[in-house]
Amino acid sequence: MERATLDFWVGLFVVAGLAALFALALKVGNMNSLATTQSYTVQAEFSNIGGLKVKAPIKSAGVVVGRVSDIRFDNQTFEAVVTMKLDKRYTFPKDTSAAIMTSGLLGEQYLGLDAGGDPKDLVDGDKIKLTQSAIVLENLISQFLYSKASDAPKADAAHVATPNSGAQP
Amino acid sequence: MQPKKNIISRIGHSVIDSIWMTGVATRFLVQVLWRSGTSWLRFQLIIKEIYASGVLSLVIIVVSGLFVGMVLGLQGYQTLQTYGSEQSLGVLVALSLVRELGPVVAGLLFASRAGSAITAEIGLMKTTEQLKAMEMMAVDPIARIVAPRFWGGVISMPLLAAIFSIVGVFGGYLVGVVLIGIDEGAFWSQMQAAVDVREDVINGVIKSVIFGFAITSIAVFEGFDAKPTAEGISRATTRTVVTSSLAILALDFILTAFMFRGI
Repeated sequence: MERATLDFWVGLFVVAGLAALFALALKVGNMNSLATTQSYTVQAEFSNIGGLKVKAPIKSAGVVVGRVSDIRFDNQTFEAVVTMKLDKRYTFPKDTSAAIMTSGLLGEQYLGLDAGGDPKDLVDGDKIKLTQSAIVLENLISQFLYSKASDAPKADAAHVATPNSGAQP
Repeated sequence: MQPKKNIISRIGHSVIDSIWMTGVATRFLVQVLWRSGTSWLRFQLIIKEIYASGVLSLVIIVVSGLFVGMVLGLQGYQTLQTYGSEQSLGVLVALSLVRELGPVVAGLLFASRAGSAITAEIGLMKTTEQLKAMEMMAVDPIARIVAPRFWGGVISMPLLAAIFSIVGVFGGYLVGVVLIGIDEGAFWSQMQAAVDVREDVINGVIKSVIFGFAITSIAVFEGFDAKPTAEGISRATTRTVVTSSLAILALDFILTAFMFRGI
């Protein structure tokens, strides 16, 4: 085979292979969203994080503003310390509250931020004071059952007519 | 081998034999790496081998990648639909291709398409005493024949695996979005949220590089080690495909165990 044709085909092959690699990194993976952005770190303590994982998204008003970078257990306060990396482009007031939520009924868990009204903003190394733990389904069910059980004797007659009345706390 | 041997010594003989073969193969590989300097200086030799093992493998890689992706799309949709999460089809297709199927299936195809060709070529050169003739002319056959084929295969394999993965993802897209009608935005955005560049894409590339090393070193060794007969070449070619396929699967398990242990 002529050298020029050979060079052309090999060049085309290598370029196609590298293009495939780049496409995997950019189109399939999330290279552009985590490599270039600068971030600042904020911590928050939760009494229960449920199924939150490292790299879980942090959303505010439904928009992803950062990722959970570290989760560890504080043996002094017996609480979970969640470290999050927030995008530098977004700033939040100091009294912002953090809550662990679930996308969908059985979906993955994420951290939701609700902005407060403080004029000062959160800076690198700050701690979010107001936190709301994950809702554990078992606790919810047991609370429901307890309240149901304590209501049961007096609300027997009403219970038949309106089945939901027993659920009121 | 003497006919009068009890079973214990026969076991011992075969064990020592296989260890000895491993040693020979390792020394051969070291020789290839040691003497491949000239092949990098004469890069045209490597380019020729990239054409033979990479460019000529493109058709089978692209076609099977497309079909693997389309089958993944169909089967994944069937299962995910039961849980009402058919939007995650993109995640399923992309992760299974990038992490496992891309490197492994491309490696198996590469072993049977290019590895066998390398073995047969070198084996025939040995049978027709071309390698000996080269040595007579003071041309090192390892540097002139083996090293370019080795490096050509090592360079081609990761590129082929990447092409396989991306074509497979496109096949999944064709079936999932175009044919079945999953929401296109959800397909891509969920995929991008779940596939991590370092954890998944880079690890897949590392896998394919290691597979490329394994396949081509097995292929060139089997060719160089083949008995110089017609039967010897056919045996060596078969051994290349079988050994490198088994090596790919075993290595894949080990690499996966190391890479994705914590996830």
